[in-house]
Amino acid sequence: MSKKAKNQVGTTGHVWDGDLEELNNPLPRWWLWIFYATIVFAIGYTILYPAWPLPGGETPGLLHKSTRADVAAEIARFKAMNAEIEAKLASADLTTIKDDPELYSYALQSGAATFATYCSQCHGSGAAGAKGYPNLLDNDWLWGGTIEDVAYTIRHGVRNNDDEDARYSQMPAFGKDEILSEEEIDQVVNYVRSLSGLPDVDPALAEAGATVFADNCAACHGEDGKGDRAQGAPNLTDAIWLYGSDFDTIKHNVENGPFGVMPAWGMNPNFDDARINAVAAYVHSLGGGE
Amino acid sequence: MWDYLKLVLLGLVAVLMMYLASEARDLAYLVAALIGLLSAAIAFVVTLRGLGDEKAPKTGYLDDPIRIGVILTAFWGVVGFLVGVTIAFQLAFPELNFAWAHGYFNFGRLRPLHTSAVIFAFGGTGLLTTSFYIVQRTTGARLWSDSLAWFVFWGYQVVILLAATGYILGATQGKEYAEFEWYTDWWLTIVWVGYLLLYMGTLMKRKEPHIYVANWFFLSFIVTIAMLHVVNNLAIPVSLFGSKSVQLFAGVQDAMTQWWYGHNAVGFFLTAGFLGMMYYFVPKQAERPVFSYKLSIIHFWALIFLYIWAGPHHLHYTALPDWASTLGMVFSVMLWMPSWGGMINGLMTLSGAWDKLRTDPIIRMMVISVGFYGMSTFEGPMMSIKAVNSLSHYTDWTIGHVHSGALGWNGMITFGALYYLFPRLWNKEGVYSLRLVSWHFWLATIGIVLYAASMWVTGIMEGLMWREVDAHGFLVNSFADTVAAKHPMYIVRGLGGVLYLTGALIMSYNLWMTVKRAPLAQKTAAAAPAE
Repeated sequence: MSKKAKNQVGTTGHVWDGDLEELNNPLPRWWLWIFYATIVFAIGYTILYPAWPLPGGETPGLLHKSTRADVAAEIARFKAMNAEIEAKLASADLTTIKDDPELYSYALQSGAATFATYCSQCHGSGAAGAKGYPNLLDNDWLWGGTIEDVAYTIRHGVRNNDDEDARYSQMPAFGKDEILSEEEIDQVVNYVRSLSGLPDVDPALAEAGATVFADNCAACHGEDGKGDRAQGAPNLTDAIWLYGSDFDTIKHNVENGPFGVMPAWGMNPNFDDARINAVAAYVHSLGGGE
Repeated sequence: MWDYLKLVLLGLVAVLMMYLASEARDLAYLVAALIGLLSAAIAFVVTLRGLGDEKAPKTGYLDDPIRIGVILTAFWGVVGFLVGVTIAFQLAFPELNFAWAHGYFNFGRLRPLHTSAVIFAFGGTGLLTTSFYIVQRTTGARLWSDSLAWFVFWGYQVVILLAATGYILGATQGKEYAEFEWYTDWWLTIVWVGYLLLYMGTLMKRKEPHIYVANWFFLSFIVTIAMLHVVNNLAIPVSLFGSKSVQLFAGVQDAMTQWWYGHNAVGFFLTAGFLGMMYYFVPKQAERPVFSYKLSIIHFWALIFLYIWAGPHHLHYTALPDWASTLGMVFSVMLWMPSWGGMINGLMTLSGAWDKLRTDPIIRMMVISVGFYGMSTFEGPMMSIKAVNSLSHYTDWTIGHVHSGALGWNGMITFGALYYLFPRLWNKEGVYSLRLVSWHFWLATIGIVLYAASMWVTGIMEGLMWREVDAHGFLVNSFADTVAAKHPMYIVRGLGGVLYLTGALIMSYNLWMTVKRAPLAQKTAAAAPAE
């Protein structure tokens, strides 16, 4: 077979490196025809679509297609389709939004999509939060859990410099600013841990810590340690800990004063009233809404 | 006289490097200057020791750099695959970005190390080495200049060291596959001009009347890479004593320049250069003539003419104007058959010798390599079509596509070349163990299949998840949802990489044993240029 094939077409007659030769086979027909076909396709495509850059601008193509115009058209189509319900959502009374099933379902879908894009980075795609970023699935709310409280927090954010109406409070850095001594801090940390029945509490230190707590912490966290939503002061008697419940973490927070920040989404040009209401409805629906 | 001049020059370079090191503004630059100092010092000592030696007449082919080159090719391959496996598992298990290694061995630092190690260290050293071998055999002439050959060879290894240390220490231009900073760019330019001169010089003094097809491909690779490299790396150093530079182009012009470079690095480095390899080793190993001379001419010119325009397909649906996108796409579609020309010529060269696939695992390796070449050069034009690209772009499909080309085509043809070269360079009867070659073949093939298949699955899945909208037009999935969904496939991909790496380790052992243990060939291989 090999000899025969070789004899049929022959070689070019060149030999390199002892035995390197080339046969004189013609171009495979199918190869050539597909190559021509791709060229024809290419020419046709450049006639139909924007293609050749010329001095006065590119050739627009017979179809006058533009990817930017396509996207704009698609967005406009959805906008037009949703315009009516968006307007309704923007001016909706959040406390009664559940009574309008169509509006409420729309708000939840819009809110979920927005949450996935803008909120999940910190609060997690399932909204379970992370260290320093509150869990939105439980019924423990730092700044209030009614739908209107949630909407306010989303619109103005927490402890940011962009919005004058942002939720704001600041826990003192009791250690760094030398308000309390190291000993007092150890005492108060033991006391705080005793409030929610955490293990390994030194009873003597905790007892001394009660006084420190009453003098320094109760103003915000309350006499009983149950917190104050007006100031975003967490409830210290439950099992929910934003930064962690171990001794070192609580001590670190007492020493330095945590300062969790959330953006003011109302200042973001991509957020209109309808969108804020949608996210509020979605977050409120997650399980802990009041 | 020339040797004394060399000594003076090397001494001056060493002093300059010392000065640069003393002025260095950052660690990457300091290390680079020290590498320069060390290289100049070693070259100085070697030149000094050779001073006054009787110059033996230079006969035969210059094979010493090739012998070192094949060893380094295998070494860089293993290094590159190891880093690849590491980052694959870092993606699957982010905890592997250890806190203690942050700033040195986290994914962001290792990723360019992996791509450059496999493309420029493994692939580049392989191309340099095989082109030295092939150009001598097919011209019947010794390399144009011994000194220049050694300079190009070791100079290129210095490029690799400069690039690698730069990545680990954070010196990067942030341009994919062109990450190394200005000082490495400058040095590579010098080395590359030397390479071009060496290659042209050897071709000019050839003893054969015709230039063999492999050399067309190598020459197009050398010339085009020089052009791409210089234009894409136009940058102004912030300081001559620091590693940072500022790009000359900005915005979409910069992006377009980058992908004009990036795509043609694929086209001319990973395609044209390796086709040069293919055109020599496949007919040699198969002991059959190349299928069609006519096809090789037509597909060569079509390939190099069309490839250079295809870059914009990397930037579909971006700030790039529609017209540029269109041209990038249609040129990519037209590129399909010119690319396949190489595949046909490779596969059909075996016609009449297909039985060798059963008995010779080396030819099997080369054939599957050409097969993967054909597959990825079909996949590429398909993915360049705007409608397909709107799904595939930014997804793992692209990563899978690149790897079926890189692991399948570039890797396998290089392995085949190494198995071909080792016995001949050390004058052995054959490789130490064909059984181990078979093992390597199957491990690598299954590894690639796992890699490519898992990336198709994740790529298409995440493309669909990203674009999924509900009835009102709202996106359904968050980005994190797609990352979580990909986790199992990331593990499969990592395992594919482990198989491929294992194969390369087996190859290294086999090649080592070929040098140590394989019996000497009865007749001496043709070591002298044809008269």
